[in-house]
Parts: sequence; structure tokens; C-alpha cells
Amino acid sequence: MHEMGICDGIVRAAVEAAEQAGATRINSIEVTVGELTEIVEEPLQFAFDVLRKGTLAEEATLSVSFIAAKSQCADCSAEFGHSRFDAKCPECGSFMVQLLQGRELRIDAIDIDE
Amino acid sequence: MRVDIAKGILEKNDTLAEENRRLFAESGVFVVDLMASPGAGKTSTILATIAALRDRYSIAVIEGDIASRVDAEKISAHGVPAVQINTGGACHLESDMIRRAVDTLDLATIDLLIIENVGNLVCPTDFDLGEHAKVMILSVPEGHDKPYKYPNIFQVAEAVILNKYDTMGVFDFDESEFREVVGRLNPTAPVFAMAATKGDGVDAWATWLSDRVEAAKGGAA
Repeated sequence: MHEMGICDGIVRAAVEAAEQAGATRINSIEVTVGELTEIVEEPLQFAFDVLRKGTLAEEATLSVSFIAAKSQCADCSAEFGHSRFDAKCPECGSFMVQLLQGRELRIDAIDIDE
Repeated sequence: MRVDIAKGILEKNDTLAEENRRLFAESGVFVVDLMASPGAGKTSTILATIAALRDRYSIAVIEGDIASRVDAEKISAHGVPAVQINTGGACHLESDMIRRAVDTLDLATIDLLIIENVGNLVCPTDFDLGEHAKVMILSVPEGHDKPYKYPNIFQVAEAVILNKYDTMGVFDFDESEFREVVGRLNPTAPVFAMAATKGDGVDAWATWLSDRVEAAKGGAA
């Protein structure tokens, strides 16, 4: 629902890094999105189509890698992957778990022409 | 040529949120961000909270809405400072909006700042405002199935208010199932059954909140 704002952050960060590197164009942008965020790929790509116009990323592709949720149990230290709904430790049944990954919203890298 | 960036997409928002948090800590202000659907009773909950705690604490409110000053006027009518933010279409508040609103308040005189986020169960969850706690309000007429449909908001909240509890008999709301699912999503969050407009159940919520306000005051520089 708020992919436009998120995508604005992606394009800005990519363009800033590209300018610093003296790029003439951005070929691709790689981002990582945690599965526990509210980001959906299709509206993100739609927003990207709109926002890349008139920037160094005009011809760029946006590649999105989703990363699954993973937590560590605070009681028995077991690490386990899970969906939104069962963040319960499969080893000891504890609910006291610490999220290790799954809420990422990260721009990893860009590919540019100098 | 590949250029590594490895940077948070919301870094700008998160950096400003941390600045907000530092500003609040310096002034000993506890900040709570209320999130809910439109019509769940965010403003009514704020008014009930003001009634319960105004003798003990100096309270201010930031109202986030797409348009209008309706909510800020409701709060101001009770003699509490209220700043209205109109997002002009945006579905959530961001940390720079909070910063601009906070700049119009005298933080040194405030103990508790309540932020009413834009009515939405999705977008506010991804944005750190610099608040100390996000709290989620679900109203009984919305149905007990909402944690299945909007799990994220129940997970990022530190407490859940079940509002319009007095209408329980009218709607097909399975309270035990609701509490069970919320407990699975967020085992440490208390669920406060409340009827904000009638004042029922407000005490338990106000006690939870005032414990947090005291902790923030104690930690002030």
C-alpha cells in the first residue's frame, strides 16, 4: 500500500550511489525485502516504473529478493524459520523468541555504466 | 560495474526517528503511537486516556489524518494541545512529519505525547516515528478475524486495546479465539478490553501507560 514511498527511497539511494560512482546510467538495482514487512512485489515494480523516469535509473531493472523469517529461541537458543503465525520455538515450545531476520528493507547493490 | 550499497531503504526515516527518540528522551517525554482502522476509536481512546491521566500528567496529542482538522479540534476542545498533521493522501505518518509537529510543541512541559496515526492496519507498521511504543486498537465490530488478515500490526504493537467491548453481545465476535491468535502473534502484548466512550476498562490501560510514562520520566537526563 505504501510501496510508492518505499520505492522513492530505493530510487533516491540508487541514484545517490550512482552519482558518487560517476555513473552514466544504472542497469539494475538489487533490493532485499523481509517477508514480515508489508511490501508486495507487484506494486513495488509498478511504483518503480513510475519513479525511475527522468533519473539515472530510467532503463534499470529492479530485482527483489525476499528473505524468510527466522528467529532464535530465548530459552533454548534453537534457531528456526517460521511464517508470520508460528514464531513458536519448535524445539521447546517457548514463545520467547528473538527475530533474527524477516523485517529487512534493504538496497544491496546497483550495477552501473561509468 | 557493480556498486555495493547495503543500506536500509527507510534509512532516512529511521535516522530521523532515532533523532526524535533522542529528543523525547532528553525531555523525559513518553511517546505512544496509536494505530487502528478508521472508526475503531482512536480519538475516543485518546479522550478517555486524557480524562484518566490529565491530573497526573501534562499531555499533548499529534493527530495524523489524510485531511481535515476535525480530530485536533476535538482534542483541543478539552484543553489539551493538539497538532494536526494532514498527510494529503499518504497512508501513514513518517518521522519527518512528527519532527515538524514536535517543533511546534514545548516538549519540556510534556510528560506524555500521544500520536494518532492515519487509520490503516497496514502501512503504519513499517515506519518508525521515534515513538517508545506502538499500540494497536481493534474494535469489536471489525471482527475477531483481523489478526489473521493483518498479522503485522498485532506483532509490532506492544499492547492491544479491544475497543467497543460493550457491543460484544451484538456482533459475532469470538473473544477467546481473538485472544488466542493475538497471543500466538505477540505473546508479551497485554490485551485491554475497553469501551472508550463509556470509560469502561480504561483503568487497566491507563495504569499500563502511566507505568511507561514514569519509566520515561525516570530516565530523563
